[in-house]
Amino acid sequence: MTATLFLVQVLNGLQLGVLLFLIAAGLTLVFGVMDFINLAHGVQYMLGAYLAVAFYGLVGNFLFALILALLASLGFGLLLEFLVFRHLYERDHLDQVIATFGIILFLNHAVRMIWGAAPLNLPMPEALTGTVLLAPGQLYPVWRLVIITAGIGVAGGLYVLVTHTRIGMLVRAGATNARMVSALGVNIKQLFMIVFGFGTMLAGFAGVMIAPIISVEPGMGTNILILAFVVIVIGGIGSIRGAFVAALLIGLVDTLGRSFSIDVLHLVMAPSPARTVGPAAASILIYVLMAIVLYLRPAGLFPARGR
Amino acid sequence: MAGAAAIAVGEAGSLRRPRGIALPAVIFAVFALLPAFAALTAQHYLVDTGTRIVVFAVAAVALDLLVGYGGLISFGQAAFIGLGAYAVGILSASGIGDALISLPVAIAVSILFAWITGIVCIRTKGVYFIMITLAFGQMVYFLATSLAPYGGDNGLTIDARNTIAGWQVLKNDTAFYYFALLCLLASYLLCRALIVSRFGRVLRGVKENATRMATIGFTVQRFQLIAYVIAGGIGGVSGFLLANSTEFVAPAYMAWQQSGELIVMVILGGVGTLDGAIFGSAVYLLAEEWLSGMTENWQVIFGPFLVLVVLFARGGLIGLSTRLWHRFSHG
Repeated sequence: MTATLFLVQVLNGLQLGVLLFLIAAGLTLVFGVMDFINLAHGVQYMLGAYLAVAFYGLVGNFLFALILALLASLGFGLLLEFLVFRHLYERDHLDQVIATFGIILFLNHAVRMIWGAAPLNLPMPEALTGTVLLAPGQLYPVWRLVIITAGIGVAGGLYVLVTHTRIGMLVRAGATNARMVSALGVNIKQLFMIVFGFGTMLAGFAGVMIAPIISVEPGMGTNILILAFVVIVIGGIGSIRGAFVAALLIGLVDTLGRSFSIDVLHLVMAPSPARTVGPAAASILIYVLMAIVLYLRPAGLFPARGR
Repeated sequence: MAGAAAIAVGEAGSLRRPRGIALPAVIFAVFALLPAFAALTAQHYLVDTGTRIVVFAVAAVALDLLVGYGGLISFGQAAFIGLGAYAVGILSASGIGDALISLPVAIAVSILFAWITGIVCIRTKGVYFIMITLAFGQMVYFLATSLAPYGGDNGLTIDARNTIAGWQVLKNDTAFYYFALLCLLASYLLCRALIVSRFGRVLRGVKENATRMATIGFTVQRFQLIAYVIAGGIGGVSGFLLANSTEFVAPAYMAWQQSGELIVMVILGGVGTLDGAIFGSAVYLLAEEWLSGMTENWQVIFGPFLVLVVLFARGGLIGLSTRLWHRFSHG
């Protein structure tokens, strides 16, 4: 466990963290403002990646593919909102869970029918394929640093948007008490639609950014969805700040746990059981963290709701 | 008693409790006659399908007790199926293959897990409850994937179905089917008896208005915890049956998608009816079998169907059929 290896894993953890933040930000807003459980948020991340691959095949340029994929994600999100979701805002959580579960089933398999079950690749931009030297003998891929920078950039932008603009003020007010905001004369339906579309686009953005370093395949959205839910629950539903803190926390805990669990367990047990228990302990770590946080603070670290 | 008065007022409103025995009698009669029908028409796969439906219906009925009557949306019910199944698998791998031991162990393990995690879960409300039950489900799932001596990711095969006091009766698929049906009947009757009991009235009252129930003087969380533990124990029975019917145990039994499917079954049939949970698991598993015969990606058809059920058939299929029945029978 050298210092440079630790640094590499911290960077990996940050990368996972900002990725989770991009997904969780939309999820927590939709949740907080509309009180709507959108299980289909993860497939929108998957769809972003697939759309980017498809558009890359057409235009052959990463940046254009990114922009087109974002617009298409936004369009698709708004279409879903119009067709299905807006009819569910007034329903209870169970109905929302089932309807969005249905959308997951549909999209996961529609994608498989259109693009096949085999994993696809999205080439990264030529200029950013290289590596940087972190320490003597320790290279780190530039693209991961790009993801971290882009994620932190988005987080900064969101912070300004939420705390210093009129629409951000409405979103915060909506997260605290949507009915009151509506009573004060704000078109809450329009606000919902903007928030929803924006959240979808962020999830799509996360999908496009991660596509060059993982394989794009059906079902890639489901596991990350669970992590994103862990993030928003730990952070406190409806809180962007909570989502950011929790996303980085989860990213770091998960990555460092996976890298060093065996070494840490070596300290207290024999090597052979440590190798067996280590990976399991690492997978469970974030859920234990979530259980502890919810036990101590049943509404998350930064609860946004006033009621 | 003030509590009884408050409940009586609520009962006229939305506090549902199972009424009538016609529908459950029909459902269980159909299940009981299924093997005979399968034998007559020489369609033996029907017994396998029936077993699958019955096994999942056991877990779904327990989940409906939580969701429909306790207002506790648990997204971790599959964990109990997994715990029950692994109890059978691990005992069988250590040479203990008798149901008189493995069934009580499966139930005990599930109850213990439900008790420990329930204490944490019950503290949270609403969405947080959904998510924390999911988290505990994921913990068990990952724990199972790491059980290298018992197959890890790949799961483990069980040499033979459990015996009952040394009697190898469950080897026969039809006998196993009836055994599973008996378990379903027992779980169903237990849940029904609980719901109409004082305990059930309090639980339903808490679902309507927890603050009011607490003010009357009930320890709300204790009632919820007991419901959670009972549902967990019944989930363990379902896992015991699943492991024995497939003679195979895998972490996939407790994947979160499995919990999602159980919720779908409950809602598809109609929340808070118990009959609906059985009906829903039948419809879900039959639709799966029928659609997957037509196309490999059957979910492409089933997904939009779920959305349509939610949008247009409030109260699930039971609710829909009741409304249609009323429309036709009353003009």
